[in-house]
Amino acid sequence: MPVSIRIPTVLRPQTGGAASVSYDGSTIGEVLNALVAEHPGLAGQVFSGDGQLHKFVNIYVNDDDVRYTGGLDTPVKDQDEVSILPAVAGGAN
Amino acid sequence: MAVFASVLDLIGETPIVDVSSLSPNPNVRILAKLEGRNPGGSVKDRIARSLIEAAERDGLLIPGAPDQVLIEPSSGNTGIGLAMVCKLKGYHLKVVLPTNVSPERIQLLQVWGAEIIESPGSEGSNGAVRMARQLAEEHPEWVFLYQYANPANPDAHYRTTGPEIFRDVPDITHFVAGLGTSGTLMGVGRYLKEQNPAIQLWAIEPPAGEMVDGLRNLDDGYIPPVFTDNHGAELLDRKTVVRPRESLEWTRKMIDVGLFVGISSGAIMAGAVRCASQIPEGESATIVTIACDDGWKYLSTGAWTDDLDEVVERAKRIIYF
Repeated sequence: MPVSIRIPTVLRPQTGGAASVSYDGSTIGEVLNALVAEHPGLAGQVFSGDGQLHKFVNIYVNDDDVRYTGGLDTPVKDQDEVSILPAVAGGAN
Repeated sequence: MAVFASVLDLIGETPIVDVSSLSPNPNVRILAKLEGRNPGGSVKDRIARSLIEAAERDGLLIPGAPDQVLIEPSSGNTGIGLAMVCKLKGYHLKVVLPTNVSPERIQLLQVWGAEIIESPGSEGSNGAVRMARQLAEEHPEWVFLYQYANPANPDAHYRTTGPEIFRDVPDITHFVAGLGTSGTLMGVGRYLKEQNPAIQLWAIEPPAGEMVDGLRNLDDGYIPPVFTDNHGAELLDRKTVVRPRESLEWTRKMIDVGLFVGISSGAIMAGAVRCASQIPEGESATIVTIACDDGWKYLSTGAWTDDLDEVVERAKRIIYF
């Protein structure tokens, strides 16, 4: 069950320039682990030393931030769209 | 009607209107708190007054003293609210503003006498924050209120917006609001959870879009101290992105219930509708959302009148949240 992951510009040097990649997995943690296994340069960008999500990274499954939907155990299914985005100061009026 | 001594006394006590005809779920009510009714035109009037009054209490600003200068990064509404309060109190305000905001926002800042310092549009709000921090360091004589880190920001919502909502809607089950500095969600959210811990807090974000492409590395990322200081990750129950098309579609649909509101209010309403559609069958819910400002400042974007595809493309290039 491939899940597509959108890679932001700032991380594309680690994926050989690819803007979108696909991996199998039943949770977002499995998918992200498959991603960093193939692109080890991303490991330190996506995860912190203790295996949790890097604090300046937000991961979205179909636009929902996974920190609030079960973290790395958040289930994913075929056709789900995953985005990796750096944390920025919203629009912030 | 009472006669108010000052326009500043008109801030807050905004009305809440039932917009449940927009709800996709007949068991879920949706109510909108109309923050455009504030005198400066947005929810940010609340924090503008709170930030300045806190600075006066702390002795950073002295009412009536000459030549007092403030600096603040803002993509619009906080700057406009601060500019209005500064005009009334005689302070000089410098606003660091990304170049890609609607022209009405720039004009309103000028109306209230603020000085505008431009920051690169490609860096979005992050760039404005960075530039303001640097200028504040170079000019220690300027007062830097820094809405992203100032406890007077969430405090304004803890003291006013939250109690108003709970007083008017005691059966509230969900609060849905936009996430920028996080002040609204942290202040209102903390107050509501203290009254009833079962109340769910949903944060709506705009897509980071092009400003993310301007980042050089992840350490350019930024989490507002207001969010971390209030344990935002534990406080919120859900955080979800609403994209420009959906934001604009709902901004237009709100016209059907008589609400001419800004594009971020449309984004938040889209989030509320998403929330309503996820309430399990057989359960009822009452969602309160924030309509942050009115539509006037966005007329030049053509949000209501131009071809939707064109407006969506335009919205991707401006900061509307």
